Amino acid sequence: MALPFRPGYSVPDKARIPPILAYTIRRTLILIASLFIAAVVLFVLLRLLPGDPANALLGVGATEQQIAAARAQVGSDQPLYVQFAAFIGNLARLDLGTSFVSRASVLTEIGNRMAVTLPLTLFGFVLAVLLALPLGILAAVRSDKWYGTAISVVSQLGIAIPVFWVGILLVTLFAINLRWLPSGGFPLRGWRNFGEAATGMILPSLTIGLVMGASLLRYVRAATLDVLGSDYLRTARALGASFPEALVRHGLRNGSVPVISILGIELASTFLGAVVIERVFSLPGLGSMLLLAIQQRDYPNVQGVLFVSTLLVLIIGFAADIAQRFIDPRLRGRVSAAA
Amino acid sequence: MSTTIASAPARPPRSLILWAGLILVGLHVATGLLSLVWLPYEPTGMVGMRLEGPSLVHWIGTDRLGRDLFTQLMIGSRIALVVGIGAVAIGAAIGVTLGILAAFASKWLDDALAATLDILIAFPTLLIAMLVVAASDTASLWSAIVALGIALSAIVARLTRILAKRVLVMDYITAARTSGSSWPKIVAIHILPNIWPTLSVNFALQFGLAVIAEASLSYLGLGAPPPNASWGRMLQEAQGTVYTAPLGAIAPGLALVSLAIGVNLLADGLRDSIDPTRRAR
Repeated sequence: MALPFRPGYSVPDKARIPPILAYTIRRTLILIASLFIAAVVLFVLLRLLPGDPANALLGVGATEQQIAAARAQVGSDQPLYVQFAAFIGNLARLDLGTSFVSRASVLTEIGNRMAVTLPLTLFGFVLAVLLALPLGILAAVRSDKWYGTAISVVSQLGIAIPVFWVGILLVTLFAINLRWLPSGGFPLRGWRNFGEAATGMILPSLTIGLVMGASLLRYVRAATLDVLGSDYLRTARALGASFPEALVRHGLRNGSVPVISILGIELASTFLGAVVIERVFSLPGLGSMLLLAIQQRDYPNVQGVLFVSTLLVLIIGFAADIAQRFIDPRLRGRVSAAA
Repeated sequence: MSTTIASAPARPPRSLILWAGLILVGLHVATGLLSLVWLPYEPTGMVGMRLEGPSLVHWIGTDRLGRDLFTQLMIGSRIALVVGIGAVAIGAAIGVTLGILAAFASKWLDDALAATLDILIAFPTLLIAMLVVAASDTASLWSAIVALGIALSAIVARLTRILAKRVLVMDYITAARTSGSSWPKIVAIHILPNIWPTLSVNFALQFGLAVIAEASLSYLGLGAPPPNASWGRMLQEAQGTVYTAPLGAIAPGLALVSLAIGVNLLADGLRDSIDPTRRAR
């Protein structure tokens, strides 16, 4: 990223760097630092796992020589700092190693699994937003009507209901009783078998969309209530703007600032919620890969999935922060503690 | 077009919310305590036919091994409460200590702690819990509780730090310092009592999260092992027989949701009665 730094100016005038660019640079540095800390946490957590990773390579009753050979292969005979340097170096090159169990490249496997998890996350998220925005605004604008109250009461379920139970209930209703949709599974040929793959995505996406939508709705409603009570909206109305006009021209931008940071968090948790949802619908995604890897003590796979998920979660947070600064110029000068 | 610009949301009176929460949670506490001294049937005993429907003998039927579902549901209440209380206690012990230390620490240590906490929070509760459970060789109820407690502690620590810093700039802290109070005394007399109301509301919310997360762990097969009838494991077992015995997949979910809603209502009611700024609404 090039700074607007022309030769002839010995010191770049601070004001000449657009605040949004300065913020982006600062936020990028924070992202890199966060990734490094995340890698450290991951390294420590994985070393806390019991036993030597090398054991996962061996069956019961391996000889001393076999154990030593396995340790050399895995690298667990090296001192910790050497292991750590190798770990960081590999992550930086996105070299996630090969699975102990299948001997396949971890990155390739993650890529294959993403073909299930990413569409699932995106469909669920889009559905959640399509539900939450209109209903949340309606619940706020019509909070004095019975349906406004009804919407906000039902949305309270969003934080109290386990997503996998909603999945089980939807399967019971739509797959078992009504027989409209498959109860789970994903075609072996993946998206090349488009019809089957797409119908298999409907119920899982609906499950995520409903639960995430309900919890998102609460924030949209709260943000809308804030806007409705604001002085600038009253001023706009006093100056002759119609209610919808004032809401769209002044309310939308103001109200969307808190909602966007929540959107980032929700998108991240939608992605992570997929772990459980994939189990309900037996989908071969990233979550089922992690679960299987934990059961098989397949360290490279566990590490790879955790690193890639953390990377995505951090990038989503980064994007949400930048988007917020674009919408609200007042925030640009500040780097929040949560950044 | 006539529209009211700002109208207060129609909100049930706070006493109603608080009472609804107290009744729901109280019901589970009573059930959990009762399960310690009395159960309708032997929990692991095959006391009926397989997958019986609800009847006077088995109120919500039996599971695929002929065990009484209501008995398991009662034990589930106890387990959920133990998990919730245990996880929140661990999360609070670690989180409040770290948060207060960060608030008192020098600038750079505080910044480092704050940044680390933010990143730990980016690690999702469920993934951390899965790792810790995987790390303990045999999955037990305790590994799930410790895992969830550790995962929650980052959230508690961040909140405590922010709240404590807000109190630390107050004049009465300066007064206490100049009059020679030691910092443990300042924490005990001035900081904890002041941040406690907000923290306790947060603990109630964390309790609900912990219960749902434990159910998810058990559902994934990473929770308490079989003799413990966790609602999550009951749901996982019932999923396969949902066509013949739908109640087995519905009842544990309802129990779980009623407890989670109960603690959330309790938190809401507590917040409204503690925070005078919300009382006016």
